[in-house]
Order: sequence, then C-alpha cells, then structure tokens
Amino acid sequence: MSVLVNRETRLLVQGITGREGSFHTAQMLEYGTHVVAGVTPGAAGREVHGVPVFNTVADAVAATAPNASIIYVPAPFAPDAIYEAVDAGLPLIVCITEGIPTLEMVKVYQYVQARGCRLIGPNCPGLITPGQAKVGIMPGYIHRPGPVGVVSRSGTLTYEVVWALTQAGIGQSTAVGIGGDPIIGTSFIDVLAMFQDDPETEAIVLIGEIGGTDEEAAAGYIREHVTKPVVGFIAGRTAPPGKRMGHAGAIISGGQGTAAEKIAALEAAGVLVAERPAQVAELIRKALG
Amino acid sequence: MNIHEYQAAEIFSRFGIPVNHGKVCATSEEARAAAQEIGRPVVVKAQVHVGGRGKAGGIRLAADPDEAEAAARQILGMDIRGATVHKVLVAPAVEMAHEYYLGVVLDRASRRVVVMASAAGGIDIEEVARETPEKIVREYADPLLGLHDYQARRLGFALGLEPDLVRPFAALARQLYAAYVAVDASLAEINPLALTTDRSWLALDSKIVLDDNALFRHPEHEALRDPLAEDPLEQEARAAGISFVKLDGTIGCVVNGAGLSMATMDAVKLYGGAPANFLDVGGGASSQQVATALRLVLSDPNVRAVLINIFGGITRGDVVAEGLLEALRTVEVRVPLVIRLVGTRQEEGRRMLAEAGLTVVDTMEEAAQRAVAAAQGREGRA
Repeated sequence: MSVLVNRETRLLVQGITGREGSFHTAQMLEYGTHVVAGVTPGAAGREVHGVPVFNTVADAVAATAPNASIIYVPAPFAPDAIYEAVDAGLPLIVCITEGIPTLEMVKVYQYVQARGCRLIGPNCPGLITPGQAKVGIMPGYIHRPGPVGVVSRSGTLTYEVVWALTQAGIGQSTAVGIGGDPIIGTSFIDVLAMFQDDPETEAIVLIGEIGGTDEEAAAGYIREHVTKPVVGFIAGRTAPPGKRMGHAGAIISGGQGTAAEKIAALEAAGVLVAERPAQVAELIRKALG
Repeated sequence: MNIHEYQAAEIFSRFGIPVNHGKVCATSEEARAAAQEIGRPVVVKAQVHVGGRGKAGGIRLAADPDEAEAAARQILGMDIRGATVHKVLVAPAVEMAHEYYLGVVLDRASRRVVVMASAAGGIDIEEVARETPEKIVREYADPLLGLHDYQARRLGFALGLEPDLVRPFAALARQLYAAYVAVDASLAEINPLALTTDRSWLALDSKIVLDDNALFRHPEHEALRDPLAEDPLEQEARAAGISFVKLDGTIGCVVNGAGLSMATMDAVKLYGGAPANFLDVGGGASSQQVATALRLVLSDPNVRAVLINIFGGITRGDVVAEGLLEALRTVEVRVPLVIRLVGTRQEEGRRMLAEAGLTVVDTMEEAAQRAVAAAQGREGRA
C-alpha cells in the first residue's frame, strides 16, 4: 500500500500545453504514471506526448475517467482551475502553482473542504509513491520503494532528505510535499493520519520550516495518535524574524513560528529531530532497528 | 510588502475610517511649516517599516513649530532597528479618553481571516497576546461572506463599550475588514484606535502589510514601494525574480528552493560559520538567473566564501553549470567557491564544471564545512 496515489491513479493534467505542464507530463509518463488526459481551454483535439487534450475538466472526466488532477496553471488562473476540478468531482487535486493570493486560498480552502475533496498544495512539488506513480515535479530517480512515509512543506529540501534515505538503502512508501504557502489544502496532521493507518508505512519523516504553527499542531497530534516512530527536521534555525524566506508561509511574525519553538514541541512529543538533513537517514535507521 | 504609516492611513481613509490626517515631511523645515499650518501641538513620527518606533525615540510630541522642527531634526536620519528614517509624519496631537486596538490578520491555524480587538491598545499587541491573552477578543470572518454586522457588534460588546459607542465601533471594524480584503493585505491594524474626549473614534496609527502573492493584481501598489526602505541588493534580486534576504555573515549562499536554502544556512551555522544571505534562485532557474544570483552574493563586501548548493528537480544540473560558467566569465570571483550539485543531469553539469577547473563536492555537509573553513582562511579539507 501507500497513501493518496498508486498504480490505480489515473491522472489529469490541467495546463498540459504550457511549458511546465508539457515538460512534467513527459517526466511523469516516463516514470510510469497513468496520465490519461490533459486540459487547456481551447486546445481540445490536440495531443501532448500522446495524451489527449480537452477544453474542460468535465469533458476530460467524461471521456477518460481520471481520479486525480495535477495543476500547472499560472497563479492568476489557478484558483479557477481548482474550482473546475472540484466541481467535476475529482477526489484528489494537486496544485503545483506558486504565488496564489492568500485571500483566494482562504476561499478555495473553504470550497474544497465543503465538497470533501483532498487538495495538496499549492506551492508544492506534488507527491510520489515510488515505483508506482509520480504526481509532481520531483526527480523520480532519487526515490525507491520502502517503509518510510515523508511529509514536507518544502520542495528541494525534501529531495535532499529522500536522497539521503535512498542512499542509505531506506525506501519510501509515499513522499508528500504539502506546500510552502500560509494556506494549504492538506496539513501535516492529515498526512500523519494517513501514514499511521497505512500498513506499509513503518516510520515517518516530517520536514517543517519556520512560520505558522502547523508543526506544533502536528506535535500534539503525534503525541495523541501516532504510534510509529517519527523523525523530524526543521529548516530556518538561522532565519531572522519578520523576513519572508522564499516561501510565502516561511516568516516568523509576532515572535511566533520560530524553529526553536517547533523543535521543542516535536521533541516534547517524542519526535527525534535531526540537526542536518542527512542525519534524518541515520535517525530513521535507528528507529527502524 | 511593507508600506508606511501615512500610506496605510490614506488607504484607511478611502474606506471611511477616520484617521488623524497629517503631513509627510522630508526635512525639519517642512516639519516646522506643517506644525505651523496645523496650529496646535503636534506629534512627529518616524516613517519606517519596523515596529518599536516609540521606544526607539522615533515619536515625539511638539508644543509648537520650533519644537516640531527640533524633533524632526532629531528623528530624520535616525537609525531604528536597522532602518534609516527619511520621512516624518507631522499630525495633530489628540486628547484621548482611551486607547483601543483593532486589527485584521490572517489566522493560519483556522485558515480564516480574524478580526481582533482589545481595550489594551497603544502597546505592542503581541505582548498583550503573550501576557494577557484574555484581553483580546476575536471574530473569524466567513471566507465567502466576510465579517457579519453582528460579529462586528459582538466585538464592541465584548470590549465593554458603552452602548452608544458600539455601532460606530462596529462600522469601523467592518470598514477595516473591507480595506483588508480590497487591498489584499496580510495585516491591517489600527493601534492605537483612540476614543477621543469628545467620544469619537480616531485611528492614530495605521499599519498595512500587503500580500506579496497578490501584488500582480494591484499594479497601483507599486507606487507605495519605498526604494529607500529596501536593501539595494534585495531590490535587484526582486527585479530578477530571485528570493534574497541579506544577513550579516560571511558565507554567501546560492541555493535552489526556499527550504533547502534555509537548511543550507543552518548547516553553515552548525559548522561554525555565519550565512551572509538567504537566496533561492527558484525553480527552472535560467543561466542568466544563476549568474545574477552569483553577482548579487559577490557584491556583498562581507562575503569571504560562496557556497553553491543545487539539488535539481525542475532545475537541471547542466543549466545550473552553464549559468555558473557564464557568471564566472563576467564576474570577478575574489573568494573561494564551493559547489555542490546533485540532481537531474548532474553528470553533465559536473563534467562542465570540472572541465572549467572547478571542483564539485558530494554532500551539503561537506560543502558547508569547506565553505566555513575557506571563509575562516583555513585551507584544505574540513
């Protein structure tokens, strides 16, 4: 097993004719993901790397029955793309797009929640179940199938940790990038619950960063509900307050959201917190015995 | 994006919020003239993008134009927590019966916008939240419907306002919420919100932080940007689409990805060094962007070594190598360079760098250790 995506995933790509959409469609196909359709308004009838393109998500759903969508649509149009996927009944929507206005995401979040869909992101690298399906922009070759579930707010930092695991001979069940924005569809807690319930996940890696209090909330959840070992890493120990560190959500504001607070909360919940990304692999090895 | 108090006050005013109108002055002579025109005691306030102005001596009362001129002379050019004062706001001094706090902010935990009010106004609201959280009352706005009238009234009642003051206060809260949404703010704050001795409401200090992600749909906000308040390197980076934050260490960092960039800074610190900056070249970085990044980092005179850490995902190794080589042709590199390159097409990238006589290390830890050693003038391996 795994969480969220697997061999049965039938993927729709929104924004498939764009530069990013087209490039990553090729990459995902190469990895073995079943990309069944693409959508670009006005491009129906075309094919991108052999994938049929439709004008609307509803048309694509009727013709190809996808069960997940990935969005590579520019920020001004991405909320609309999410609404279209929700209204077409797609249960899983992954939004890669960076730079969506926060107040739009407040509305999007409410809309998605009310309709029972699962949104991953935005501003995320997507997710991958190694050997089964890659629904995102991460390099596939750094992963290998195995027992460790990875959940992270970051992109390349996740690759760094996953690469360290793989080089240590430790594979991953699923790696989920939940995104670096202040408002994201899926939180640490949501993914922790999935990993706790997944029989093939034996240990969990949580990669957080400064800003917000999601790591603290995750720590509380871990203490109450997670019995599997959890190893953490928090980026931004050296980040100054009041400055946005790249990610819209990575900012220490009002003295809240520091790395020190997050590390303390996680350690208090029994999480082993690594000092550097490569150490995550060492701690996981110990945890797995 | 931060804007000045006087700019926030202008925005609030457009939404019907009564603000304490003043005059923005760049010289002490202008401040004198402004005080003259106002014709009664004034307050002279530093216009900077940092908090704690009062404690730093950036806000002064002046009884007459002479005092206003003297106060402005003292404040202009003053350094407040790293920000130089280039402008002051001269506004009428106000007789207050009580100071309140009213703010609108994104609450990340509930994923909603929250309107907060407190009768403990005029002081740092974060301090109130920490020490006496019960003194802050909150109402969460519906994401689709906004702040209801009854919610705004409830804030007023919860503050213990006298009945005749509740409705005007509620109107103010709704106006502030409307302004927050209309300009795409991440924070809109009135602190203090004065109840004057003649029982009317007046915003004495106005603060707005704008959501950077929404700037694309507010071209009018570009005019609010103060080039003097921003580090010149940070401005150059922004123009190039690079995320950059200047720090005070000696090791320049060029990294792809925000999380990895922070982790790289942390690794530098862990091995005894200090990062000179945060820099994320972003996904799909072009040669030109990487070159610009390197130039930015090298233009900081404090930089003694540069650490380049690229983990390819969207960013291909050969593209990065090409950018580095191009940058190295146009930029004089006066400090040791440590490169770590992993990811898509890494072999091509590494080969290109090796052919140019550069060495690439394997891990981020090794790269950080070497950069720290190089910055401290220690040769060889760490």
